[in-house]
Amino acid sequence: MKIIVCVKQVPDTSGKVAVNPDGTLNRASMAAITNPDDLNAVEAALVLKEQTGAEVIVVSMGPPPAEGMLREVMARGVDRAILVSAREFGGSDTYATSQILAAAIDTIGVEKDDIVMCGRQAIDGDTAQVGPQIAEKLGLPQVSYAAEITKDGDSITVKRMLEDGYMTIKVKTPCLITCIKELNTPRYMSVGGIYECYSKPYEIFDYNTLKDHRFIDKDTIGLSGSPTNILTSFTPPQKGAGMMLEGADKATCEKLAGILAAKHMI
Amino acid sequence: MSTFNSSDVAAFKGGVWVFCEQRQGSMMPTSFELISEGRKLADELGTKLYGILLGDGIEGLAKELGGYGADGVYVCDHPLLKNYTTDGYTKVICDVIEEYKPEIMLIGATNIGRDLGPRCAARLHTGLCADCTHLDVDMGIYKDFLKENSTLAPERIEATSHAVVLGQKHDVSRDLKMTRPAFGGHLMASIICPRFRPAMATVRPGVMKKAAFDQAQADACEIIKPSFSLTEADMETEVVEVVKAAKKLVDLIGADVVVSVGRGISKDVEGGIKLAEELAEVLGGVVGGSRATIDSGWLSADHQVGQTGKTVHPKIYVALGISGAIQHKAGMQDSECIIAVNKNDTAPIFEIADYGICGDLFKVTPLLIEAIKAAKAAK
Repeated sequence: MKIIVCVKQVPDTSGKVAVNPDGTLNRASMAAITNPDDLNAVEAALVLKEQTGAEVIVVSMGPPPAEGMLREVMARGVDRAILVSAREFGGSDTYATSQILAAAIDTIGVEKDDIVMCGRQAIDGDTAQVGPQIAEKLGLPQVSYAAEITKDGDSITVKRMLEDGYMTIKVKTPCLITCIKELNTPRYMSVGGIYECYSKPYEIFDYNTLKDHRFIDKDTIGLSGSPTNILTSFTPPQKGAGMMLEGADKATCEKLAGILAAKHMI
Repeated sequence: MSTFNSSDVAAFKGGVWVFCEQRQGSMMPTSFELISEGRKLADELGTKLYGILLGDGIEGLAKELGGYGADGVYVCDHPLLKNYTTDGYTKVICDVIEEYKPEIMLIGATNIGRDLGPRCAARLHTGLCADCTHLDVDMGIYKDFLKENSTLAPERIEATSHAVVLGQKHDVSRDLKMTRPAFGGHLMASIICPRFRPAMATVRPGVMKKAAFDQAQADACEIIKPSFSLTEADMETEVVEVVKAAKKLVDLIGADVVVSVGRGISKDVEGGIKLAEELAEVLGGVVGGSRATIDSGWLSADHQVGQTGKTVHPKIYVALGISGAIQHKAGMQDSECIIAVNKNDTAPIFEIADYGICGDLFKVTPLLIEAIKAAKAAK
């Protein structure tokens, strides 16, 4: 049994985000982190590994420096890592990205007992599209927004969150599951894990590795294989600063209440 | 069925479609918002607007969609469509799309819509833009939108009439311009799907305005029952149960007043939330929170305002102890009146607040509650 987990290195958008004058993101100024939801997917895979002895493999698409992130997840207990990286893959939208990742996962091989896991969404694009699109390409059933996962033989029961409650869904392996932060608390790297992570198998799938796969074609990958194009990107204007009220006492609050009353807002 | 080719753009004359999501026989509010928005887009394209409604015994819900602007509704009624499943819904929707070829397909960006949309787009081989907050077809209206909502120079706004697609100059006047926030709201991007149809978008709930209901339009709404095949063999997932949250979830999107708390309540979390609840009660509103308060487990996820939470535009938004990270601002900056209380006079929230008080929320909020009570009593 294998569990293949998709992870992505993303700029940390929770801190200070710098935008270049041309409206693009200044990635160099921002810390690169492992996408938070993906760490929940890694943790879920490691829990299943402890229960079943499954092999856990992480796959990431990105530039070569993503190796550092992949070594880190191996230090958490992942067995093997694959970086999918080639100039030809650049400029891919979610459709083309899922095409490439599906080719990589299919090259690793998805067998009867296997599970593919992803984070719900990445914090740079917030699309939540790549997981379901990989599932479609691989012809796997999917369950997204997983908050609990229970495995019993080839049957997996997932608590799938909705805005107003949840669904309990049963699915058979092989399948794809996208994970949310409510699922678990990711473990830290262990000292032994850090020591071992450099001797664990690490591979790069480049264009030559995947070019003969049936999913890989200039019409399905990279910029030319992306159905969507960016027409323009821009920064929103700041709303004009309002009024800072003097002080922070009873009189200040009475003044504010008076303004709201005069404007018929209360 | 004839072979389906999503790149034969000219063949897609089936109008603008909206996936009308229902749960347990109740229409999700975002379906009405999207029908209202879809009407605008269909008019700009000079085409028709249709809803597509899936479920079991749900035909009775269809006519109401006409009241918000749908010319017709494709009703797909089947026992296997009772609960949402990725397999069942994707199969039926893709089959019907392949038959009737809509130009545009809108889906509410709910937990279900964001499961369904990407699966359908991948199967149809077309583009999907996630979680859009603004949609345009007409170039004049789109450019006016950019003038008001971007910092782009006039010549760059003018240049949006054309895009370079695979090295060719492409006129985008009939393309759907799908605008969405990225990088936690730091950047906005307008996306097009120039070479494939339908152009698909999931749209953030609560952002599009619901039109006024028109009974005559509802009566005139056409009901279409497309043929499709669905059997047990198509179902790879089984819904064991659907459970509604026991406690009533807070209705942030529909609220006129939202009082939100942030990290500033950390020294007394319970006390801070209690003050926010009291202020919300006096103002007739509900309590929200920044991402920090949700991540720390102080408030449940249904309270979250911001890029990864809900987008609100209430009449009054009160931010108590919220610094105003851009991801929070993205969810509340269109509120009519923003009041901020923060100890730090350089907090970014003051840049967008209509009224700011620099002070300790634990001292200011009780005074504000009393002052508002007094002002209301004096009316």
